[in-house]
Amino acid sequence: MSNVMLEVRELTTKYITRFRENIYAVDHVSLKVEEGKSLGIAGESGCGKSTLALSLMGYYFPPLHYTSGEIIIDGHNISGMNPDDVRRSILGTEIAYIPQAAMNALNPTQKIINFIEDVIEAHNPVATKKEIFDIAKGLFEALGLPVDVLQKYPVELSGGMKQRTVIAISVILSPQVLIADEPSSALDVTSQKMVIKMLRNLMDKGYIKAMIFITHELPLLYNVTDDIMVMYAGQIVEKASSKDAVFDPLHPYSKGLMGSIIVPESGLRNVKLTAIPGVPPNLKKPPSGCRFAARCKYVRPECKTLSIPLREVAGGRTYRCILSEEELRELYAWEARKKNE
Amino acid sequence: MSSEKKLCLSGSGVTKVFGFGRNTTLAVDHVDFNFYEGEIISIVGESGSGKTTLAKMLLGLINPTEGEIYFQGEKRDISTHRKKKEYWKSIQAIFQDPFSSYNIFNKIDTVLLDCIRMRGGGKLPYEQKVEMMTEACSFVNLKFEELTNKYPFELSGGQQQRLMIARIFLLKPKILLADEPTSMIDACSRATILDMLMQLRDEIGMTPIFITHDIGLAYYVSDSVYIMERGKFVESGSADDVILHPKEPYTRRLISDVPKIYEEWDLSTV
Repeated sequence: MSNVMLEVRELTTKYITRFRENIYAVDHVSLKVEEGKSLGIAGESGCGKSTLALSLMGYYFPPLHYTSGEIIIDGHNISGMNPDDVRRSILGTEIAYIPQAAMNALNPTQKIINFIEDVIEAHNPVATKKEIFDIAKGLFEALGLPVDVLQKYPVELSGGMKQRTVIAISVILSPQVLIADEPSSALDVTSQKMVIKMLRNLMDKGYIKAMIFITHELPLLYNVTDDIMVMYAGQIVEKASSKDAVFDPLHPYSKGLMGSIIVPESGLRNVKLTAIPGVPPNLKKPPSGCRFAARCKYVRPECKTLSIPLREVAGGRTYRCILSEEELRELYAWEARKKNE
Repeated sequence: MSSEKKLCLSGSGVTKVFGFGRNTTLAVDHVDFNFYEGEIISIVGESGSGKTTLAKMLLGLINPTEGEIYFQGEKRDISTHRKKKEYWKSIQAIFQDPFSSYNIFNKIDTVLLDCIRMRGGGKLPYEQKVEMMTEACSFVNLKFEELTNKYPFELSGGQQQRLMIARIFLLKPKILLADEPTSMIDACSRATILDMLMQLRDEIGMTPIFITHDIGLAYYVSDSVYIMERGKFVESGSADDVILHPKEPYTRRLISDVPKIYEEWDLSTV
């Protein structure tokens, strides 16, 4: 029985627009990340992945509002806490967040070391500059970053190096959980690999105890995380181990996502990429019944009216579809046969 | 076979040097290439390898320091603005960032009407223009009735990129330069965009040139692949040859940097 680092129960958060409309971008999401594990979140743009990341920190500022549910980080329940308290006692020390454009967080008028001094002094006012330098140096050395970066200004660093520097700084207060929201999508493939290697390093060396990784690149998730959770229109539609989610998806939406994978391996050229037609629904008025029904190939009349709960199947997998596991597999097999003919 | 192929765009010794005096950067270094009509070409390289500089030279946005570019076997002449405009009728581009490719003051109608005018349809009756625009929009699965009187920034990234393709559909250029057309949009729209580009190619018979750092994409779409490192083509050939049997260490490194699903992804090499 390993330790649960982050547990979320039925979390619902909403955006309130200027016109007083409620948009439930995270809708009854439950998840659990155990110590030493990483969870990947996949989905299209506009499916609520990034909103979920923001909500998990418990740091709500308008237009994002907390509605219901619980967030428990390493035993502390932080749901419903005052945002100021969250910032002082949770962010950075319990949970750290790396946004997509993390490199823009660096102050262009400060050297990296001054930036680190600011971060540490805000939480530990008695630390001396010498101590801070030693901490930073130790961290950078352990993570394989050149130490002379500390004495440089952000403009002197390349994009990939800036991103890695920010990731290193994000763990300097030793958080338990790291949330990485597309940390590598603005980078080229080589820098991306360095970032991924560094995140793996953080996990292996025990700087963080659990990680949530958000991206739309499935091959990347497959290589980085233990489990994959697929989100659609604010809801979880499937959760499985990385291998199952990529090679044997159950939900038609996950199946569609897997059809758009591009990898430079033999056999790819013969496969035709299958895109999912249409766009995600407008969450101002989410469709009743299955939210994916309008784009689903296997849609049935009852899909549009019945609300569909998450089903649990063997192997700890869950998915949200009206069809049973056998029926879905049969459909996929039938389609594969049709394609071959 | 090769004798039938018509030369579309070629260059010899194309070079670009930025800067003056001692502070010079050799961005593109004596590059030779022959792009044939109907072929799908990819230029692959990491950031700073000079692929975008080469693209700008092909488009005629910047002049090469040395070397010549030949268009359909003849020396390209874009010395005057009029000649340049004439040239841009046959070569068009899709850029990486759809959010900054449009003039924010122009409505979508203007964007599309400009294309019709460029093809010499400026004097057509308005109804016919609307018909053409509707056709172009429906080609990329957009509805013209919903787009008219809107601004491009009201659309999502994927929709904007599709509108870009609708422009190309109206312009019917001979060559399309796609500079990282899918790196800013998510994996699912990426498949849609690539699909549409391929359809468009069959429809109007253009020659697409993809410029990308994603070797997986290059492998999926292209017939011939050029690998670029520090301003030089280090390897070129058919997609299968280059990507499945790479010879250069640089190509091998690029391939190893892309996450894979059927093979182990080796993280120790960086």
